[in-house]
Amino acid sequence: MTASLRAETTGPRPRAPRRAAARLWPLAALALLAGCEGRQSVLVPAGEDSRVLGDLFWVMLVGAVLLWIGMNGLFYWATRRSPAAHSQYLANWLVILGGILFPTVTLGALLVYGLSIMPDLRATGDGPVIRVTGEQWWWRVEYERADGSTVTTANEIRLPAGVRSTFLLDSKEVIHSFWVPSLGGKMDMFPGRVTEMTLGPERPGVYRGQCAEFCGESHAWMAFEAEVMEPAAFEAWLEAEAAEARPPEGALAERGRALFFAQGCGGCHAVRGTPAVGQVGPDLTHVGSRHSLAAGRLGTSVEDFAKWVANPGAWKPGAEMPAYAHLTDDQLGAIATYLEGLE
Amino acid sequence: MKQNRIPAGDLAPEGIYPPTEEMLDEPVPDEVRARQEDNLRAAWKTPQGWRYWTAVNNSEVGLWYTLTAFFFMLMAGVMALLMRLQLWAPENDLISADRFNQLFTMHGSAMMFLFAVPMFEAISILILPAFLGARDMPFPRLSAYGYWCFLIGGVFVIGSILFDAAPKAGWFMYPPLATKEQGIGSDIWLLGLSFIEVASIAAAVELIVGALKCRPPGMRVNVMPLYAWYVLVVGGMILFAFPPLIAGDFLFELERSFDWPFFDPTRGGDPMLWQHLFWIFGHPEVYIIFLPSIAIAAMVVPTVARRPILGYSWIVLSAVGTGFLSFGLWVHHMFTTGLPNISLGFFSAASEAVVIPTGIQLFAFVATLIAGRVVMTLPMLWIAGALAIFTAGGLTGVMVAIAPFDWQVHDTYFIVAHLHYTLFGGMIFPVIAGVYYFFPFFRKKMLSERLGRWAFWLIFTGFNICFLPMHLTGLLGMPRRVYTYPEGLGIDWLNQISTVGAFIIAAGFAVFAWDILRPKSGQPQIERNPWGGGTLEWSHEIPETKWGVRSIPYVTTRYPLWDQPKMVDRMDRGRYYLPDAEEGLRETIVTSVIDARPLQVQRVTGPAYITILAAGFTGGAFIFPTFHLYPPAIVCAAFAVVCICYWLWTSTARPPEADMKEAGLGLRLPTYAAGPQAVGWWAVWITMLGDATAFASLVFGVFFYWTSNAAFPPPGAEHASGTLVALATAAFAAAWLATRAARGLNRAGRVGAARAGLVAGPLLTAAGMAAIIFSVLDLDPTTHVYPAMMWALMVWLVAHASAGLIMQLYCLAGSLFGKLTPRYDADLWNVTLFWHFLGLTALVTGAMIGLVPRMM
Repeated sequence: MTASLRAETTGPRPRAPRRAAARLWPLAALALLAGCEGRQSVLVPAGEDSRVLGDLFWVMLVGAVLLWIGMNGLFYWATRRSPAAHSQYLANWLVILGGILFPTVTLGALLVYGLSIMPDLRATGDGPVIRVTGEQWWWRVEYERADGSTVTTANEIRLPAGVRSTFLLDSKEVIHSFWVPSLGGKMDMFPGRVTEMTLGPERPGVYRGQCAEFCGESHAWMAFEAEVMEPAAFEAWLEAEAAEARPPEGALAERGRALFFAQGCGGCHAVRGTPAVGQVGPDLTHVGSRHSLAAGRLGTSVEDFAKWVANPGAWKPGAEMPAYAHLTDDQLGAIATYLEGLE
Repeated sequence: MKQNRIPAGDLAPEGIYPPTEEMLDEPVPDEVRARQEDNLRAAWKTPQGWRYWTAVNNSEVGLWYTLTAFFFMLMAGVMALLMRLQLWAPENDLISADRFNQLFTMHGSAMMFLFAVPMFEAISILILPAFLGARDMPFPRLSAYGYWCFLIGGVFVIGSILFDAAPKAGWFMYPPLATKEQGIGSDIWLLGLSFIEVASIAAAVELIVGALKCRPPGMRVNVMPLYAWYVLVVGGMILFAFPPLIAGDFLFELERSFDWPFFDPTRGGDPMLWQHLFWIFGHPEVYIIFLPSIAIAAMVVPTVARRPILGYSWIVLSAVGTGFLSFGLWVHHMFTTGLPNISLGFFSAASEAVVIPTGIQLFAFVATLIAGRVVMTLPMLWIAGALAIFTAGGLTGVMVAIAPFDWQVHDTYFIVAHLHYTLFGGMIFPVIAGVYYFFPFFRKKMLSERLGRWAFWLIFTGFNICFLPMHLTGLLGMPRRVYTYPEGLGIDWLNQISTVGAFIIAAGFAVFAWDILRPKSGQPQIERNPWGGGTLEWSHEIPETKWGVRSIPYVTTRYPLWDQPKMVDRMDRGRYYLPDAEEGLRETIVTSVIDARPLQVQRVTGPAYITILAAGFTGGAFIFPTFHLYPPAIVCAAFAVVCICYWLWTSTARPPEADMKEAGLGLRLPTYAAGPQAVGWWAVWITMLGDATAFASLVFGVFFYWTSNAAFPPPGAEHASGTLVALATAAFAAAWLATRAARGLNRAGRVGAARAGLVAGPLLTAAGMAAIIFSVLDLDPTTHVYPAMMWALMVWLVAHASAGLIMQLYCLAGSLFGKLTPRYDADLWNVTLFWHFLGLTALVTGAMIGLVPRMM
């Protein structure tokens, strides 16, 4: 499946967010109890897929609890309440009813319900097409625009609400899995083949995604932020993202830019509009405007940038980026200021 | 002497069968009884002092096996505790990422390969002969060899964690992560566990033959204990489930050692092939673990209910059905790999379908309890806990079998919770129930009721405190196999609860382990049959005797101790079969597969060093390649072959001192069997089914690449030399014919011609091996998966042909030195059977290398 198949996609068509957004979930109480923000929760859906799957979960949970009580209650009755011998005829019928007839009917119904939602969740997308490539341990993200150009960014996904976005998933070295629980299910990313999935976000907000397939030493720190935006805001953001990097403002940032090139950072990272065109690490053109640094590992304050550059391995064991511990705090601060200013 | 003209293997039983009541009522004089008991005691004496370790008797080997598996479980449990400590708080730095990854990889691998499957085999070796009123397993030295392999391999694999060298790519070892992994961790996993898998298959073969051929006279298949049925089903599953993994391991290790790109997409390989092979093994594995535990419940429940099990036939059919279905579910581990909807729908439905046979088995137990007068005992408490936990795990299993729901929870803590619920409920609890139930059988002492209840409530509550919250942890977004997690996802407190629960489980296991290991010398011996069970294991005498059953009974009912009231007394008096050991040999009776008519007296092997040596050298052959030390590995492999040949030569299929012997009750049985009459022939047949499955997995690999990759073979690729492949195939076919002809000629008394066949056979085999090696020599296996696959097929065939060649020479030597004669030809039957499989393998390999790629 290649991107060319999606050539007819003409950009996002706004659609009214569905009922899910306002719906009160049985879980909300539970989520509050847990003191959780629900940014990465299957149970606080923000999209069509996660909402449908959430409904499926609650239906199955109620059924499972009832069946558990029935089976274990029967056992308790037979061993503790009434251990005397009962009719063998009755016992035989129990095997036929409980072991064969009942599960056949309920499982049949569950399969019809559960599998019937599958085609909808795999419907062709009518929104943007986004190519995501898994690397150890970050995400390369490329938006395919209607004019055939691509906008490259990293470690962050932005999506318009109300349309189904298409993801073309690939991997560089090992298997990863792309997953934003608030928006829907996951899909594995393989080296050497492209898998495809679509997601239909509905409720604007910032959610957290994470790699779900074990991918090596820092698998735990391969995450990203997924922001669902109103369609107009999304268009404006994409336009801005396509632009070249803004020049540094202020002497410190200027010094940071010089250090950035002097230290050879451009050999691995790209900052569009500058001589930095490296493709090994994440694109940094607008890194300052992202929600997180280093694939969900750190925030995006100047201090965070400095901490990261000084010693990436401390934050992400096994990361390929070398430590720049030989730089002074001043130098690190300058580079961090430059990067933080790349909005 | 008509008898001397017909081959010994074809001799038929003579005399009276079945015995009459009058015969069974005849008294046995006291002095006869005393003499017989002395003879039996001498024949079955356990070696003393340091020679104890040369024992091969099932009661010793089974005990070592069980304790070793239990020890590995405790080690894997300690690893789990370390992981729980690390996950106590977000961004904890107690354990490094690298070490944590080793811990969870080893925890899963050890629990699966060093505990769950070996534990089934250990317990079965320990108690199956007793269920069947047999004196021992049919191949005691094979059990011992399997045990020593398991011990060496297990210590090697689990010990690697102490040297910071353990595998760290997950117990599923997905390539390319595991193929690219630096260090020797992955090699330890592949070679160490392959070694153990071979031992597992050996044990499975023995258990299958035991259940089929070593039942007491009269015990038709429809009256044998349910446990024996489960042994058959699970043994069969091991036979077909492990070989695909072994084939996968074979390809994987070739990629790691020699850079043959089976799973490397840049050179035509495909990581998905590993996932298929792994899960074709991996899902049946779950039922291989679960069914034996159900089997234990099937033995405990009737005793507790004081009545025969209800729905015996349904349980058997359901067990067989579960076994079959379990091979059709593997894709539900791959629901998120982007397979088409139609596949997902099919495998979702198949996964739900397995609920039905499982449900029938559980409901049959509940129905038995309803129909019986239940007396709750400690083992039953554990069964109740098992049911509570397993049904919860089964119900979450129903949820995750629905493909779209699995897209959300796959690879999250929801699955961690689900799988632990199924494994604790479907394995740990029933096995502990079995330990409490059977402990008085094999130690003749009771375990403590009070400690048992403490252990139960600690493990039961600890388990639920640990794993119930994990469902929510997963739904709140925590993936599996993460060494830490950030703050603010709402999962911190859930992880803390789980950690507390894990330590409560550990406390429960400490109580349990203490109860098992504490000294019990001051404790009185049990009375016979303390639970009032109805099956033969409770007929064993108190105090303990090493001969198993005093005489092998004539059994016609499912619960003989309930339904045949005079039986135990008659057994004790030596009224039944084989009450004596006049020749000082260890003997048991071999019966027919369906209706258990006595066929033969089988002489089983006694204590030996050679099995330990053979296991040690086999271990070297697997372990040295881990460190890329190939010459010592080859030396070890050669010594292993020598040891095994010596062992077989000195103790199997020896011409007996007399062709027939009195088996008791007026029945005379042959002492030698060949061909389908012999247990050895059955063992070869069953082993080769497994071997053929592994070979079929390789052939599947070729077609998998062909369907998944448009460029397989790549356009313009060089093919193997057609002429040489044809020559090799012809040579192998001729060697096959020569072997088969040698068997016929030998039996017809034309010994010279047979020897000629056994000289021509090895020569032809060697020629075939040379031709097939040279046919692919021009292909470079590191360039693309196509030549690599051709090489892999070649290596597989050459390895098997080497074994076939050694076997031909073994028979030739047997013929020359009088071990193999026209009358005593069991070895040649077994070798011919091996060659039937090898001949077919050679023909298919010839087609796959020489013909099929040219048509693809």
